[in-house]
Amino acid sequence: MEPKDENKEGIGGMINPRRYGIERVAYILMRLSGLGLLAYFIGHIYETSSILKGEVGWAEFLELTQTNEGHAVLAIVIGMCVFHTVNGIRVMLGHGGVGVGRPARPDYPYLPASQNSRHKMGIYSAIVLAAIAMLYGLAVMYGE
Amino acid sequence: MAQVSSVAEGKTTKSVTLRIARYNPKHDSKKQFMEFNLQYERWTTVLEAILDVKKHFDHSVAVRYSCRQATCGSCGMIINGKPRLACFTKISELESDVVTVEPMNNFPIIRDLAVKFERLFDTHHKIKPYLIRDDSEITSNEKEFLQSPEELENYIQFANCIKCGLCNSACPTMATDSSFIGPQALAQAYRYVADSRDKGKDSRLKIIDDSHGIWRCHFAGSCSQVCPKGVDPAMGIQFLRGYMLGFRS
Ligand code: SF4
Ligand code: FES
Repeated sequence: MEPKDENKEGIGGMINPRRYGIERVAYILMRLSGLGLLAYFIGHIYETSSILKGEVGWAEFLELTQTNEGHAVLAIVIGMCVFHTVNGIRVMLGHGGVGVGRPARPDYPYLPASQNSRHKMGIYSAIVLAAIAMLYGLAVMYGE
Repeated sequence: MAQVSSVAEGKTTKSVTLRIARYNPKHDSKKQFMEFNLQYERWTTVLEAILDVKKHFDHSVAVRYSCRQATCGSCGMIINGKPRLACFTKISELESDVVTVEPMNNFPIIRDLAVKFERLFDTHHKIKPYLIRDDSEITSNEKEFLQSPEELENYIQFANCIKCGLCNSACPTMATDSSFIGPQALAQAYRYVADSRDKGKDSRLKIIDDSHGIWRCHFAGSCSQVCPKGVDPAMGIQFLRGYMLGFRS
């Protein structure tokens, strides 16, 4: 904390997943997977540009992805891609006001209608689908 | 760091350690915590415990409060890591032997637990929190603007806001962006846009259609989870964005 400023929580507070339920976890995963996919996109451009070095250069670079580390990175990329897509659809629908409940006079204990089971199911589905896609990707990469 | 024991009177049931953040931006370089051992009842609120400390041990603890009944919005603070109203949070419901109170995040600190609200009030004023019409209630022939109970239901939930700032303190965008308008102001923009008597929708949507406006909300929903009045700012913000994206008219 920087006490003399606005007492902002900063990035540490922004990415702390422990206080505000699965919705905040989804928010953090969305940011991380977005950054990860951006990094992969840049790496992918670099990788495919190796074709300019001819067939040998291209084959050498492809070898890198055939290692255990390469497989692990690609599996993570698959997971990020699926989570970002499925959760992105949920968030986009929410952004249009779809599935966020209806305004009503609040009653104690004031459970927020926008944090409803439909959206929670959407988040859990995104996580499960990402995990299944990663496992499938690993099975394909290891040729099983 | 002080170690003090409370006067245990009457039918006290349990004891708790209250840790209070002390910090004066005028001469302190960092926050320090003072600890007080207190007796509390099942119904004792965190605010009552802090006032107990002020009365019996250290009157210099700075805390803002007024109504003591979750109505004025003055006593927001971080209690065991989450923004809550001190007068609306019972020690017993925290289920912890240690209660740590700190000033709300994303607000400048005046001293100890008291924070400055200027920015929240500025952003609240910015969205024009009043009915916008060409005519006025006084000159209108009808003398009042009629509204059906159904039309009232569209916004009454959002009119419950007490400007406590807990939502702004929990928001992950507010944690890093000093210029973000914040969930409190956005929810209030929806409150007026959804009011059938109001004609200021376009001007309000223009105000929040800004790089530090509504587009910086990513629907994390933390604002709604901490709101002590059931306002559900995240819902209002998504509906508001629905107007801007053409999902609603
Ligand atoms: S929306 Fe809720 S949390 Fe935010 S200022 Fe209003 S009452 Fe407080
Ligand atoms: S003292 Fe008024 S809201 Fe807590």
